[in-house]
Amino acid sequence: MDADLMGRALTRIAHEVSERNRGGHELALIGIRTRGVVIARRLADKLLDILRAPVPTGALDITLYRDDLMRQPVGPQPVVRQTEISFSIDDKRIVLVDDVLYTGRTIRAALDALIDFGRPQSIQLIVLVDRGHRELPIKADYVGKNLPTSLAQSVQVRMQEIDGCDEVVIQDDKSAGRQA
Amino acid sequence: MGPFDTSRVAVPGEPGATPPKLRTGLRSRHLLSVGDLEGDEISLIFDTAEAMKEIELRPIKKVPALRGKTIVNLFYEPSTRTRTSFEIAEKRLSADSLNVAVAGSSMVKGETLFDTARNLEAMAPDMIVLRHQASGAPFQLASICRAGVINAGDGMHEHPTQALLDGFTIRAHKGQIEGLKIAIVGDLLHSRVFRSNLLLLRALGAEVWVCGPPTLIPPGIERFGVTATTRLDEAAEGADVIMMLRIQRERMLGHFVPSLREYFMVYGLTVERVERAKPDVIIMHPGPMNRGVEIASEVADGPYSVMLDQVANGVAVRMAVLYLLAGNPDEM
Repeated sequence: MDADLMGRALTRIAHEVSERNRGGHELALIGIRTRGVVIARRLADKLLDILRAPVPTGALDITLYRDDLMRQPVGPQPVVRQTEISFSIDDKRIVLVDDVLYTGRTIRAALDALIDFGRPQSIQLIVLVDRGHRELPIKADYVGKNLPTSLAQSVQVRMQEIDGCDEVVIQDDKSAGRQA
Repeated sequence: MGPFDTSRVAVPGEPGATPPKLRTGLRSRHLLSVGDLEGDEISLIFDTAEAMKEIELRPIKKVPALRGKTIVNLFYEPSTRTRTSFEIAEKRLSADSLNVAVAGSSMVKGETLFDTARNLEAMAPDMIVLRHQASGAPFQLASICRAGVINAGDGMHEHPTQALLDGFTIRAHKGQIEGLKIAIVGDLLHSRVFRSNLLLLRALGAEVWVCGPPTLIPPGIERFGVTATTRLDEAAEGADVIMMLRIQRERMLGHFVPSLREYFMVYGLTVERVERAKPDVIIMHPGPMNRGVEIASEVADGPYSVMLDQVANGVAVRMAVLYLLAGNPDEM
C-alpha cells in the first residue's frame, strides 16, 4: 500500500463513518499509540470536511492494560506513553483507531482502558490493515485493506508524521520486505 | 550488574557498534540508592511518571498493571507522606499492598530486621518498601530477599524516591535540570533527602549550592562538585530552585545550633531572601516543615512554593518506580 492508496482508503473510511453515524452526532475518535493516533488525526481532518464540524480526537496508550505484562520471564517493562483524552467519553460514539489488527489483544486492552474513562454509547473499530490470525473474538467495523499474511511475516505501517513516508510493507522473516 | 547493561549488548549485523538506544528498563530490580541509577534510567523514570500522572485525572484512578503483585510496606519509622504516597501508588497500579508499621508488630517484641524479613518472605511478597532508622538496612534486606526492595528512607543515608520526585517536579517547572542553580539549605548533615538529591542533581548536570551552619555541613562536601557556603544570601542569589531541608528537632540535642529562634534569623527562608533569587524561582521542601524555623509561613504559602506539587508528583513517580522495577527478573 502506497501513499495514494492509503489516502484513498482513509477517505473512504471517513465517509463510511459519517454515513454509519448519521452526521457524526456525539462522534469521537481515539487513536491507539503510536500510529493509530496519527491515523485518527488524519481521519479527524477528513471528517471535518465531510461533517463541517470538528470531531474530538484523543490518544490512548494501552501498555498498562496489556495481558502479557509481568508474564515474560525476563526483559524490561514496555515503555508507558501518555494517554490524552481531554473530553468525557460518556454517551459518545467512540471510534477506536489502530494501524494493524492482528491477534486482537491490543483492542481487548483498549476496550478495558476505555471503560475506565466512562460509559460510551458505543465503540466501533477502524484499522488500516487487517492481517488476520485473530486470537480473540474481535472484528473491525472499518478496514482499509485486508492483508492475508503468514505468521512468519510482519506488517509494518509507516506514516509520514513518524516515519517520513506513507506505506504498508510486508516483511518475510529477516528479508528486506515488499510493499503490500 | 544486571543483564540489561547496554554496553554489553551486541547489535546484530553491526559488530561492536553501540548506537544510541532508548532505554526501556531499569538495570536493577531494587531501588536502593540514586547512585545506582544512570542518567537515562532517571529520564525513563521521569517519562514514565509523566504518563502515570494522567491516571489521577480519570474517573477510575486505577490501571491493572500490577494485578496480582503483593507489596509490603515495612516502616520502622513514623511516616505519613511517604507511606501514604507508596500506598496510593500501589493501589492505583492494582497491586495488593499491606502495611507493617512498627508499633503494631512483633518488631517491638525484639525481632530483628532479618527475622522479620524472612518471615515476610515466607509469604512471598513481590516487593518490599522499607523505611528504616539504620543507614544501609535496605541493602542488607536486598541481599537476603527474593523480593525487590525499594528504599523509602534509611537512616541518614538516602531517600531515593524523594529525590526522584523532587527532580521530576523541577523538570516539570523548568523544562530541564541541566545548568540550573539549585540551592539546598538547612540540616545537610542529617538529611537523607539531601544525599539522594545531591547525587541526582549532579548526575543531571545542575549547579548545586549547599548552605547551612558550619556544624551542619558535612566536611569534604566540595568533593561532590558542590559549592558550600554559610551565607544564605549567597546561596539564594540568582537561584532557579531553593530546596529547604527540615531542621530535625529530634537530632538537635547535640547543640548543632544555639537555638531554633537564632537559626531562623540566620538560615530561615524569608520573603526578603527569596527576592535575591531568580524571579521565577521555585521553593521546595520535602516536608514535614517547621514554620518559623527553616521557612517563614509567607514563603511556604507563597506563590513560589511548589510543595504540594511535590506531594502530588510523589504518587506518579512512585508508580513509575514500582512499574519499572516489577518487570525485572529475579536475582541474576
